[in-house]
Amino acid sequence: MTNEQPKRRKRGRRHPLAMVALIALGLAGTGGAYALATVPAGAETTSAVSSDLVAQGEALFAANCATCHGLALEGTEDGPSLIGVGAASVDFQVGTGRMPLAMSGPQAEVKPVQFTTEQIRALAEYVASVSPGPAIPDEEYLTGEGADLAIGGELFRINCAMCHNVAGAGGALTEGKYAPPIMGVSAAHIYEAMLTGPQNMPVFNDDNISPEDKANVIAYLKYLETTPSVGGASLGSLGPVSEGLFVWIAALGLIVGITIWLTAKSN
Amino acid sequence: MTDQHEHAAVSNRAHPEAPARSSGIAVIPTDAVANPGFPPERPRVTDLDPKVEKAQERRIIALFFVSIIGSIAAIVFYIVFPIIPGDMQSVRNNTMFVGAAIALALLAVGVGVVHWSKALMHGHDLVEERHETRGSEPTRERAAEIFTEANEESGFTRRRLLRNTLITAAVVSPLPGIVLLRDLAPIADPVPLLKHTMWAKGTRLTRDPSGTPIRAADVTLGSAFHVIPEGLNELEHGKLEEKAKAAVLLMRLKPEDLHVTPGRETWGFDGIVAYSKICTHVGCPVALYEQQTHHLLCPCHQSQFDITHEARVIFGPAKRALPQLPIAVDDEGYLVAQSDFTEPVGPSFWERVL
Repeated sequence: MTNEQPKRRKRGRRHPLAMVALIALGLAGTGGAYALATVPAGAETTSAVSSDLVAQGEALFAANCATCHGLALEGTEDGPSLIGVGAASVDFQVGTGRMPLAMSGPQAEVKPVQFTTEQIRALAEYVASVSPGPAIPDEEYLTGEGADLAIGGELFRINCAMCHNVAGAGGALTEGKYAPPIMGVSAAHIYEAMLTGPQNMPVFNDDNISPEDKANVIAYLKYLETTPSVGGASLGSLGPVSEGLFVWIAALGLIVGITIWLTAKSN
Repeated sequence: MTDQHEHAAVSNRAHPEAPARSSGIAVIPTDAVANPGFPPERPRVTDLDPKVEKAQERRIIALFFVSIIGSIAAIVFYIVFPIIPGDMQSVRNNTMFVGAAIALALLAVGVGVVHWSKALMHGHDLVEERHETRGSEPTRERAAEIFTEANEESGFTRRRLLRNTLITAAVVSPLPGIVLLRDLAPIADPVPLLKHTMWAKGTRLTRDPSGTPIRAADVTLGSAFHVIPEGLNELEHGKLEEKAKAAVLLMRLKPEDLHVTPGRETWGFDGIVAYSKICTHVGCPVALYEQQTHHLLCPCHQSQFDITHEARVIFGPAKRALPQLPIAVDDEGYLVAQSDFTEPVGPSFWERVL
């Protein structure tokens, strides 16, 4: 009975994932178009559609982002400069709902996405058009096809697991900051986070972890996400603290209850 | 136990009369609280109402049937949910269903037996006195006699040298075991091993786990590289021991953010700094680097190190800053170590002298 629940939940999770994959596909297309547009030799290939997007992005930026980041992306007292952050950073920050920021705090929280896919694409195009930066990743690194899970797992444990937890469940950092869970995050957003190092996450550029290895890490995370815990309920995979708490409260409580019942007189 | 015995036992528990004569030292209280004995027995509903008793009996029988069903279900589940190699969901289903069925079978029989004893079995309170620990007088006398006889026959007190050599032999016999404990300690003197790592002048900084060298240009602002010394992967023996000492975290900050003490100006390169990843508290890997606050957090006991101030401790139980690895760039643009760490890495040890 209880086993049916995680199954059903996963099937439920399939849905948003499929949608996110679709979004990622669209974004990757944008990234591809952008990459084409930024090839120095093909500078003249910038299409009319792209410049339309940039214009739309500029308008959106002026209306929604410029208060903190400045009209020319130069940054203000309230927000950092966005010069050189690239389309990948915009797609991550806006696409996960972290930006626009709801309020200042230890770190930007994930919240419902405030823009449509098309608008995020326009914003990314605009920011990238002002000064070049990391682009939205190609689809080939996001599908997990032909990826090496063992290498991905080793890289994850060396570079990521100390903050994001060995099962990708996230963990606490200093002074109210935290490493968010990576389960259920789209492949494109994971790739962009590694590439751009959002907020307090260090940057893992392509010289540190190559695009192929990033694809391996993503494939490993997706494997973790879709593989059920063999040992039964994973209790959020938070490690010994949550498991110990469960044992102390639930299991010991049960034992205490049984002991009381054993020694109580029957009426 | 008969009822008669029971009453006798209960009256035995009452305090005996205070002794008539006192030695003059012990204060014998005369107003000792009398043993109140057991509260009056309250009949259970099953004792009063035969219908309830019958119902309880049926309930217990039902529990035993549940147990039988659980046992059979475990067998059925084992067949219905086989473990398919490579399919984690099948392992999960198998352990879960078989385990739940066995748990049901054992729990139901346990609950049934306890309920049976509580609801249906004889409900009277009983007392069983402990046996006397003191033997009878003839037994004690005979025991003392045996000792005397044995002493006479063996001459244990008469043949002194014989006795003393036997005692010495018994005392000496565990000594080889104590000498063997030496094998538990490392053969080599551990102090030099703790004081030195694989890093040496010119050793390239390489990526963990691939072992590929890192160019200074690869380390962009905000980056964190997990570093092992060149040649670690090629070690035949003691690879993990060496890695545990030599692991390094490489970060790049804005040069103006770094507060460098005199004498350490050349230890970094254009904002690139390398610090030991081994916590100075108890040796956990400190690798939770926050690229905006430049704090390094140890996940084990929450020690925090400030990279902008040469990894000094700003919070937690660690007492010393993380040792810095002096680095430079070689002719080909790769990062190399200038030397080994200038102090022992990791937690304190007895012979550690800075």
